[in-house]
Amino acid sequence: MSSSTPTKTRTRRSTGTDIALIAGFAALIAISAILPAIKLAGPVPITLQTFAVLLTGAILGARRGFLAVLLYVAAGAVGLPVFSGGASGFGVIVGPTGGYLLGFALAAGLCGFIVERLPRRAFAAPAIFAAGLFSSAVFIHTLGMAGLVLNADLTWSAAFDVDKVFWIGDVIKNIAMAVVAYTVHRAFPDLLPRRRPRRAAPAA
Amino acid sequence: MTTLPLGAYRPGRTWLHRLPAGAKLLALLVTAVVVTVVRGPLSAVGFVVLATALVAWSGAPLRRTLRSLRGFALVAVALTAYQAWTRGWAPAVETVGDLLGMILLATVLTTTTAVDDLIDVITWALGPLRRLGVDPARVGLAFSLMIRALPTTLEIALQTRDAARARGLGRSPRALLVPMVVRVVANARATGDALHARGLGDD
Repeated sequence: MSSSTPTKTRTRRSTGTDIALIAGFAALIAISAILPAIKLAGPVPITLQTFAVLLTGAILGARRGFLAVLLYVAAGAVGLPVFSGGASGFGVIVGPTGGYLLGFALAAGLCGFIVERLPRRAFAAPAIFAAGLFSSAVFIHTLGMAGLVLNADLTWSAAFDVDKVFWIGDVIKNIAMAVVAYTVHRAFPDLLPRRRPRRAAPAA
Repeated sequence: MTTLPLGAYRPGRTWLHRLPAGAKLLALLVTAVVVTVVRGPLSAVGFVVLATALVAWSGAPLRRTLRSLRGFALVAVALTAYQAWTRGWAPAVETVGDLLGMILLATVLTTTTAVDDLIDVITWALGPLRRLGVDPARVGLAFSLMIRALPTTLEIALQTRDAARARGLGRSPRALLVPMVVRVVANARATGDALHARGLGDD
């Protein structure tokens, strides 16, 4: 997990910090998934999970965000009770909702990819919100539906009916995600590897 | 106070416990492929019976096993009803039976295998990926750090919630979420510095 981008920031963070951030956010996703869920209609309980997944991407960036979600999924697969509702095991990944879990990792990566590339002027909550919503539409919902079709033998239209239950919750969670991510970046301005060489450190 | 059911591992002396973790993990992966290939409701029922027998043998506490299946029960009922309605009983039994069997088998794995052993297996299995730039030791380190971070993060979440409530902001997402995430980042950085000080995780 060597950090591949040669950062020009003054304080170059060690890979140890990268690993700790990846582990910390994997744990954050786990806790968000375990904390009491809101059950709407349908088989998948709604938790803060997708909030935490996209937040991880928006805060850590593409590479570390993707790895953090991957670590979370792998930890659940080997038996830590970290999937929503305290489930765990490889059975969940091959189960009906497994597609969502795989979509999480890619969505966090894409969200981070976009947020990393936001120009400084556009770096605000609405842009992060758009990045999160776009990523979850591209990966979480499509792969989630594919999982329902493959593993639960639903038809695509039935899977769509299940999936659309989450849309409103998704928008709300993405708003919260964007506000939190923006605030956390204000608190820790050197979290993301900035692409362009910075001229001056922003006044903290 | 919420307690984290960390580690479903139950020490024991059965043959299942003594089997190497790698063998069990491999068996689980192979089974997952086999049950999706083998069709028909009868094999699914047999699979569930077999998996149940293994759970009983592994000495998994009944109450905890049932509790872990509670979440799946909702899915199972909805899925059975849907499949039976659209495609008849045979596919319904097959789909839900296969899923239930896999979940039971995964329970057997986690009951009879310590998480540390599983992490060792993963670290070992990632060996061939070294060429692609994956460092198995770092992956193992990330796993250990995450497991350590779980109780800490839960505590942070509960403390932030209490703090927000004490300020009368128990319903404000900002007051609930921002301090939690800030503390998670700060914690991770402190851990990173501690690793650095011990010469761990760096190039």
